[in-house]
Amino acid sequence: MDDLLCKALGQLLEDQCKPQLVRAIEGGESPAEFWGLLEESGFADALVGEEQGGAGLALRDVFELLELCGTYAMPVPFAETMVARALLARAGAHPPTGSIALACGTAVDKAGLRCAHVSFGRVADWALIQRPTEWLLLSIADAQAFPTIYPLDATLVWGPSALAAARHVPAALDVQVLQACVTAAKLAGALMSVFNRTLQYANERQQFGRPIGKFQAIQHQLSVLSEHAFAARTAAQIGCQASGCVPEILRVAVAKARTSEAALEVAALAHSIHGAIGFTEEFDLQLFTRRLHEWRQTAGSEGYWQSELGKMLVNLGPGLTLDTVRAASDPD
Amino acid sequence: MSALNSLTLTAIPSEDEALRVPIREFLTQKMKDVPACVRARSWSGCDMNFSRELGRRGWLGLTLPKEYGGGGRSPFARYVLVEELLNWGAPVGSHWVADRQSAPLILKYGTEAQKQFYIPPICRGESFFCIGMSEPNAGSDLANVRTRATKTEQGWLLNGQKIWTTNAHNCHYMIALVRTSGTADDRHRGLSQIIVDLNLPGVTVRPIRDQSGDVHFCEVFFENVQLASDALIGAEGRGWEQVTAELAFERSGPERLYSSIVLFDEWLAFIRSEPGNTPESVRLAGRILAQIAPLRALCIAVTGKLAQGGSPVVEAALVKDLGTAVEQLIPAAIANDLYCRDTQAVPFELLLTLNYVTQVAPCFSLRGGARDILRGMIARGLGLR
Ligand SMILES: Cc1cc2nc3c(=O)[nH]c(=O)nc-3n(C[C@H](O)[C@H](O)[C@H](O)COP(=O)(O)OP(=O)(O)OC[C@H]3O[C@@H](n4cnc5c(N)ncnc54)[C@H](O)[C@@H]3O)c2cc1C
Repeated sequence: MDDLLCKALGQLLEDQCKPQLVRAIEGGESPAEFWGLLEESGFADALVGEEQGGAGLALRDVFELLELCGTYAMPVPFAETMVARALLARAGAHPPTGSIALACGTAVDKAGLRCAHVSFGRVADWALIQRPTEWLLLSIADAQAFPTIYPLDATLVWGPSALAAARHVPAALDVQVLQACVTAAKLAGALMSVFNRTLQYANERQQFGRPIGKFQAIQHQLSVLSEHAFAARTAAQIGCQASGCVPEILRVAVAKARTSEAALEVAALAHSIHGAIGFTEEFDLQLFTRRLHEWRQTAGSEGYWQSELGKMLVNLGPGLTLDTVRAASDPD
Repeated sequence: MSALNSLTLTAIPSEDEALRVPIREFLTQKMKDVPACVRARSWSGCDMNFSRELGRRGWLGLTLPKEYGGGGRSPFARYVLVEELLNWGAPVGSHWVADRQSAPLILKYGTEAQKQFYIPPICRGESFFCIGMSEPNAGSDLANVRTRATKTEQGWLLNGQKIWTTNAHNCHYMIALVRTSGTADDRHRGLSQIIVDLNLPGVTVRPIRDQSGDVHFCEVFFENVQLASDALIGAEGRGWEQVTAELAFERSGPERLYSSIVLFDEWLAFIRSEPGNTPESVRLAGRILAQIAPLRALCIAVTGKLAQGGSPVVEAALVKDLGTAVEQLIPAAIANDLYCRDTQAVPFELLLTLNYVTQVAPCFSLRGGARDILRGMIARGLGLR
């Protein structure tokens, strides 16, 4: 990864993607101004080929950029937009300006097209939707949006006339795999944020006359927390090991299963170590631990991906597990 | 903190990866008729002839300089070799310690004469070593060792006792951590490492049987054992520092990840068969794979640090703590999976292997440093202590 790129995006987010912004957008404010800053930075086209005006980077080069979206609990689908633009460009379609949410699990009936629980459906400009033989690119402004479980998400319904305006893109790629890959990278970032915040808190919070981080029980909880965070980050990096912009399903399954498993463990340990304050609206920890739970569920929980991974392993036929482990873990 | 942050995905160089082909060819032949419950012994299984054969093929002391009979290869080459040996369940116990840590320790701290004397036979698979750290009252608290070497005119006079010494009953030498000055109250000061020829008069080795019925570790007693002055390895009084460096070699390898892999493969073969396949077992297979793959990547990252000449102590502790957790999860979860069913349909060899691994699993998180000690090391790495 180009270290300079990573530092530049990191600085931008450090300055602009502050907890108050995350809260405001979650609370219903428009993300347009913040998105404008991101658009201006050019990072959204990092994966788009150079001949199409992008930076031409590979998925494996941008892991840390995707991760940063989690590090700052970014309230817009920036990572999703990066990969969606690259895939659209690759499929010969000119990517639109604005942010792109990824959607699957759709149903078409008389009322039109319905996508339930679209991650970032409330704040995105476009939705890239998986259909059996193609993708549809639809403007979210043309959809009816219904609130769903999480504040940044929405259930979206496009009526027949809106559907007629859809851009059809021929593609075979599974949007869920793509979303799982991106979400695993964001989970890695959020896991690291939770880890760093918890470590800092344990050094500051005093009880019984000393920082709670001096108690062996807390030290060991933090060690376990760090183990999960680092193993999950490695898994997420594995998920992004591809020389183009299309991830490999075996690696993505490892990435999403491991990061989702870690999300649960790390969120629980972090809250345990923070005590009551960590559980308040006012304290920033919740911005990240709520994300851990949301993203654990996005594009399939660990159980879903464990089953997928298990099927791949079992269907391979006789031979050492080691060979599958190698295929999943050797860098691209 | 920074130590952990620097763990990045590392590729095994292709010339080292290439080693997998001849090793696998050899192991496919060698291991084809060995039953799973024997292969499951992994690095606890011993076969001197097997070790010699590896030596003849140039697969011992792979990272040691050629001038001492080694292979002159990188730690990545050794990683590939060891990964294959473990996954096939090869009986590597005889030479394991000498190859992994004793020879590198002698190379790092020994005199030229010591290197010339000890390393070539290790590389030929003719000289086996054991680790003399633990004592009855020095387990996790290793600085509490009381075995003492006293300087005499001829060299050193050794008295005391070691325990849990893996393979001492089959070894030629022990590298022991002993007190050469002061008392146990001096803790890390006054400790040194010495090489003890286990055939000397005054040395008594008594094997200890473990709960599975196997015999792999021993008690070793020293009663007025007279050692030459060149028994000392490294500097007098620097034993603690040397042992710490040695433990980085001991803890960082893939043997902290693959101790239950033979059982897993055997179970997977059953899951791949029609009577074995259930949705729950398929999900479990995926759960384990999702744990192992990133740990392997971390393990290779640690190997990369060793290759750069580092001593990745904290990183190795992290990999070992997580790795042994997976090693222990495998028999526990497989038992739950198999005994949900009518076990008449389960191959007997699989149940036998499961029973063996279940019984030895507690030691995975003890040998090489108990779990709490590793977590304490990570906490230190995080700046908490
Ligand atoms: C199969 C096997 C092979 C071995 N081979 C060798 C060998 O070849 N050479 C050798 O020298 N040794 C060997 N050992 C010994 C091994 O290194 C020790 O078992 C290990 O260091 C733990 O020491 P202990 O068994 O005395 O347990 P103890 O140190 O008594 O620990 C008991 C429990 O207390 C916990 N504990 C201890 N101190 C603390 C603390 N400060 N804070 C919190 N918890 C603590 C431990 O985590 C553990 O849970 C082997 C052990 C096994 C099981």
